[in-house]
Amino acid sequence: MTLNGMIDGAPSTAPAQTTPTVALFVTCLVDLFRPSVGFAAIKLLEDAGCKVVVPASQTCCGQPAYNSGDREDTKAIARHVIETFEAYDYVVAPSGSCGSTLKKHYPELFANDPAWHERAVRFSQKVHELVSFLTDVRGVTEVDAALPATVTYHDSCSGLRELGIREQPRQLLRTVEGLTLTELPEADVCCGFGGTFCVKYPDVSNAIVGKKTKHIASTGADMLLAGDLGCLMNIDGKLKRENNGIEVRHVAEVLAGMTDKPPIGGKL
Amino acid sequence: MQITSQTFKANTVKALADVDLQRALRHVEKGFIGKRQKAADALPEFDALRDNAVEIKNHTLKHLDLYIEAYVAKVEASGGKVHFAEDADHARRIFLDIAKRRKAKTVTKGKTMISEEIGLNAFLEENGIVPVETDLGEYIIQLRGEHPSHIIAPAVHINRDQVEADFRKFHVHLDPERDLVRPETLLSEARQILRQKYGEADIGVTGANFLIAETGTSVIVTNEGNGDLTQLLGKCHVVLASLEKIVPTLEDTAQILRVLARSATGQEMSVYTTLSTGPKRTEDEDGPEEYHVILLDNGRSGMLGTEFEDMLRCIRCGACMNHCPVYHAVGGHSYGWVYPGPMGAVLTPSLIGVDKAGHLPNASTFCGRCEAVCPMRIPLPKMMRHWREKEFESHLQPKAARAGLGVWAYLARRPKLYRAAVSYAMPALKLLAGRKGRFRSLPLAGGWTKWRDLPAPEGRTFMQAYAQSGHGDPK
Repeated sequence: MTLNGMIDGAPSTAPAQTTPTVALFVTCLVDLFRPSVGFAAIKLLEDAGCKVVVPASQTCCGQPAYNSGDREDTKAIARHVIETFEAYDYVVAPSGSCGSTLKKHYPELFANDPAWHERAVRFSQKVHELVSFLTDVRGVTEVDAALPATVTYHDSCSGLRELGIREQPRQLLRTVEGLTLTELPEADVCCGFGGTFCVKYPDVSNAIVGKKTKHIASTGADMLLAGDLGCLMNIDGKLKRENNGIEVRHVAEVLAGMTDKPPIGGKL
Repeated sequence: MQITSQTFKANTVKALADVDLQRALRHVEKGFIGKRQKAADALPEFDALRDNAVEIKNHTLKHLDLYIEAYVAKVEASGGKVHFAEDADHARRIFLDIAKRRKAKTVTKGKTMISEEIGLNAFLEENGIVPVETDLGEYIIQLRGEHPSHIIAPAVHINRDQVEADFRKFHVHLDPERDLVRPETLLSEARQILRQKYGEADIGVTGANFLIAETGTSVIVTNEGNGDLTQLLGKCHVVLASLEKIVPTLEDTAQILRVLARSATGQEMSVYTTLSTGPKRTEDEDGPEEYHVILLDNGRSGMLGTEFEDMLRCIRCGACMNHCPVYHAVGGHSYGWVYPGPMGAVLTPSLIGVDKAGHLPNASTFCGRCEAVCPMRIPLPKMMRHWREKEFESHLQPKAARAGLGVWAYLARRPKLYRAAVSYAMPALKLLAGRKGRFRSLPLAGGWTKWRDLPAPEGRTFMQAYAQSGHGDPK
């Protein structure tokens, strides 16, 4: 099965009857810092009836180059990603930021290159962020997981504003047994990560994440979740510096019921 | 005005440590966002109106030469005069010619950002002419010798207490025991002083939110009514406007007005929307004897047909900065020139050069909130990225950052080499972190660890762990 669910080049939103093959775009941060998120993604995708493959030659989506103005290197990286992933039914990333780069920005990157543009557009139609793929494409309405904790959720910017991810993670979190979801004030405001921004302008970034951690503390939650590891590492780093013991995890870990490992930045 | 965009980083450090400023900035976050949201939610066709407004401006920009020509003809038919100003210096000279001819001593001014762009106040003072700002915010910062920190709320960086102190310091002819606690009393004191100035003025200067080609009309939107008094009671009305303010018709203006105030302050309409067409006619009871428009280019025509053309749709509502986490943190003065926030980060490099303003398009997290609320749907992050591309092409970025990026990009394009490198690096990094699971400091990561801990990696990379997990080899 190679074109399951594809009608006129666009993926169907109805749950597929057969087993689609999903290529996992691990993302460089998950690969390097938090492999647990990759394994959680695999479990969630398999539970949703997908066959998961992990293309070995993947590195990164190219955002660091793209957002630094290095368009040529970005294009080279993008061409490699497209070549590596375009044959699969779906491409899924546990990140709204990387997912959006693949889905929204690659076509734009090749705006002046008709052949690659067409290829990038076709590729982009297969790309999804993990949680919204589960709910919107696979029709998942509940997960098989338990966590007796109060959690709060931060909406990462690219996922929220470029991919429209807001309700999907909340909807699935509410089905985690024992979990209470409490809303984070100003959940839709940036955490100050911004990729290289946080090291180029550390003082400004710090002021922004400082507001975020105040809001997080105000919820009284035991755990902060989000769908992007960059934001999570930034927020966790600030919470730890403030000696705030709240646990920080990627939402996929909780949805997959894989919270046995220490949280991000936690003691081993 | 002096450009300090080059020292953006130092500016932000100062701003972050400024207690009064930080207190004032909270009002931006708390005040504007909810009001805009409420106004947008209350109008079901808000997004359709935005699309309309975008279309109007795109159409106008495509035929800007024709509309400017039509506009000029109409202004002249109504007895006014349009002066083309290529740059700031040219605009100032045109103004001085008018002022000299009219033997002007005092100039009252409604709110205009073009005046800031051409540095009019300092120039007038050098030439022995007294400029009097009549917008309350502008009046306050003129007293303080400052520049606007926000395009629609120029004194948003100042607290009430500071205004009270300034009024006591400068309004020495008033009773020192007077009660100035409530903001309304501050307002009425300023109003009392300014009311005397309007009639005395030789020239009244305003900006323009729109210049209507169909009728030769300039339009201002204000909340205090000071603009009306400035342009009606002065003997000569001079409009300062940049050329992208042109719109084809009155109907187009009405369309864009519906998104302007809602996006800016959350009002359905500003309190005053005032249309001016030419000088006083013989049958009019009052109005200025002369009506001039100084139409400023200052680099804008160079943006037409480039990747920055969309920026010329901007209607200066301020929604982008009102929703910007960076603006909220550091305020408008940190940006170092006239236009702050996301719109400034795109426009400033166009007007003063990316060599001077290179920090601005970089100082964004690309969170996208500005684009999401921009009534003219200007793709601000995308255009900031274009500026970064220009900087990259011209080697304007810091050398160390470029070198680091180069190494990373080299590896990212070579999966086998990348894999080998990270397979050694990440387990080593984990060992280095020890049982704490995080770093308080780490060589070469000072930008990160200055204010935050760095979470340690789990150890093996995902790819290593996956290969050993029995899932089978990665493909």
